[in-house]
Amino acid sequence: MNHLISIEDLDRADIERIVSQAERFAEVSDREIKKVPALRGRMVLNLFYEASTRTRSSFELAAKRLSADVVNFAASGSSVEKGESLKDTVLTLSAHKPDAIVLRTPWAGASELVSRWCSAAIVNAGDGKHEHPTQALLDVYTLRRRLGGIDGASIWIIGDVAHSRVARSNVLAFQRMGAKVTVAGPPTLIPRGIEQLGCDVRYTLDELDTADVVYALRMQRERMSETWVPSLREYASWYQINGRRLTPRQVLMHPGPVNRGVELSGEVVDSPQAVITAQVEAGVVVRMAVLYELLAGRDARPAAIPPAGEPAAQPVAGGRAA
Amino acid sequence: MSAPEPLIGGPRPPAELLLRDVHVLDPRAGIDARHDVRVRGGRIAELGAPGELEREPHGVDADGEPEVIDGGGRLRLLPAFFDPHVHLRTPGQEHKEDLETGTRAAAAGGFCAVIAMPNTDPVLDSAPLLRSLRDAAAREARVPVGFLPAITRGLEGEQLSEMAELRQEGALGFTDDGRPVQSAGMLRKALQYQRLCGGVLSLHEEDPTLSRGGAMHEGAVSAALGIGGIPSVSESTMVARDAALAGYEDARVHFQHLSCAASVDAVAAAKARGWRVSAEVCPHHLLLTEEDVRGMDTRMKMYPPLATDADRVALIEGLRAGTIDCVATDHAPHARDEKEVPFEQAPMGSTGLETAFAALHTGLVLPGVIDLALLVQRMTAGAALYELPAPSIALGEPANLALVDLDAVWIAGEHGWESRSENCCFAGRTLQGRVLLTLAAGAIAHRDRALAMVGA
Repeated sequence: MNHLISIEDLDRADIERIVSQAERFAEVSDREIKKVPALRGRMVLNLFYEASTRTRSSFELAAKRLSADVVNFAASGSSVEKGESLKDTVLTLSAHKPDAIVLRTPWAGASELVSRWCSAAIVNAGDGKHEHPTQALLDVYTLRRRLGGIDGASIWIIGDVAHSRVARSNVLAFQRMGAKVTVAGPPTLIPRGIEQLGCDVRYTLDELDTADVVYALRMQRERMSETWVPSLREYASWYQINGRRLTPRQVLMHPGPVNRGVELSGEVVDSPQAVITAQVEAGVVVRMAVLYELLAGRDARPAAIPPAGEPAAQPVAGGRAA
Repeated sequence: MSAPEPLIGGPRPPAELLLRDVHVLDPRAGIDARHDVRVRGGRIAELGAPGELEREPHGVDADGEPEVIDGGGRLRLLPAFFDPHVHLRTPGQEHKEDLETGTRAAAAGGFCAVIAMPNTDPVLDSAPLLRSLRDAAAREARVPVGFLPAITRGLEGEQLSEMAELRQEGALGFTDDGRPVQSAGMLRKALQYQRLCGGVLSLHEEDPTLSRGGAMHEGAVSAALGIGGIPSVSESTMVARDAALAGYEDARVHFQHLSCAASVDAVAAAKARGWRVSAEVCPHHLLLTEEDVRGMDTRMKMYPPLATDADRVALIEGLRAGTIDCVATDHAPHARDEKEVPFEQAPMGSTGLETAFAALHTGLVLPGVIDLALLVQRMTAGAALYELPAPSIALGEPANLALVDLDAVWIAGEHGWESRSENCCFAGRTLQGRVLLTLAAGAIAHRDRALAMVGA
């Protein structure tokens, strides 16, 4: 694997390999010294065009636990605000020869574009409403740990599917792993044509009891101003996952951050069915596995700057003292 | 005061040319046979049997001899094409295109005339600006250009432009292309005002309350990519609305760049009622679909967006049946750095002048979907819609000719473009059919490098 752009590019074996690697890294996380030297001397650049705390810090922690150097580049307060294009920013930052660029942007397809402009491994940490593949991988990891496997499981993804990159990546990933996926939510927030991804579509939660896994999406408050739904109150009364709707045998997931009282009631967030904090924990080890896969795995790319004494994989213009 | 000639500019001097043994195809003149064709003083002077016409001694060629091109019975001589919808980006966006590069692209595609849209910077909405543009076109344009100034000032949809004065200065008609006239009341006033000033009102149909936030056709592909969708009803409801308004006011309207089956139905219904409507379709809507957007290639981003295969088939059927009157390219150049951005950020538009004929010949004529005569008819029909004489291969007519090699295979863009921009949705595709020579308004506007070899 050269990049992680989209779940669409992965088959079941790829997902299983990354998840299994994450399980090995999980053992490291339980040790007193949580660091391994796998990516020593490698540089991971976090390039974030959108506000993010948990994804960015999770990538940062993952890179650091693998002993990589991490540089964070937030688009606000930078040349981007002075009107620099994505391409120019990437070309400029590429001069620092990062081995991997973790990229979050509000634009679908941005990661794919960037992968054509520079030689670093690109990890898509969210491209607009398109995909968020590491979220899907950590969700598969979490479910595999909780359920043993998700073959044949019924997974409902509920809420604002239209504006959710998490939904798109998860529909693909859960299906690749053998689950049956249903998306449910208000008709205004279920995109026309989504069923062609292979999932079922429901506009009510009447059959929610058939689900093994209930995956609630974050309901963005700003959607209210665009009248996607009449009110948060009405949304909550039809689609909120609460103690009345959630049965004891179901697993509850959420990508965070949670709007308590909107998509989830407080009681279910704190219930034993919820694996929301396990998802956060999984975030670090899965992202370790992704960085490892891209930079040190079987088919990984050579280091941008080779370690001392080793020949460069490709001649570098201008030469460089080893 | 009589209005000036609506088409302005073009190549000089008048051609002196003998086209020997070319296969002339002009569906309008009813010709489909091998002929010798003499162009004298820029007009079609003689049509003879192959080998019948002799070189004349009194030519104006450098040697004092008229040029002779031998078609070997194989090269097709067609009436040159007419494009009622191009963006020449002048004034204000000359980094994308200008009058010279845009019309050079037109000539290379076999077009003898084009109509330029007013969404420039500043917007073409006043007589002084139209005058200065026509002056520039007279100097710079490689083929004659007609101009459609804006229906509403600044394309803002709030106040009519001074349509009567603009007509006196040579406006062919009016359009707010790039934007719809959103208010039905505003459009109705323009339709009424047409009784005073004449001129076709050409309409870009889009309901922004339905299309807002969209960057591609709404459907399975937009759902999979997470890109906001533009539903096809955003176009078709406006076509239906404006056809009804035109019918009510007995006005003449032209629907630009139809993209979906529902719009074809709406135009067919309007025509069946006898309303004075016409419509155009772009090569990309006849050949590409939303599936071509899957790679998020920004050259595939245009308004209206590429729709489903069923829409594509309905558009072809509409073109064949005559519900859609003509082909238009909507040639919309954008600079490389403007298109080298994520899909949702990219501006809408694809260039199309240089590939239109070859792409449609390859995609529709070769597989037998439509025949060549129909394609030629639809690629020249735009002229009459704007009350201009259609390019025709008839004695005494000005030479508006395209000499094409239907066997020539080339890769779009492999040797670059005449246009200043390269954002062509057909770039990289293998096309069959190449324009070797274009005559516009009686003079040679384009000569392909391959011509010397073919003619030898």
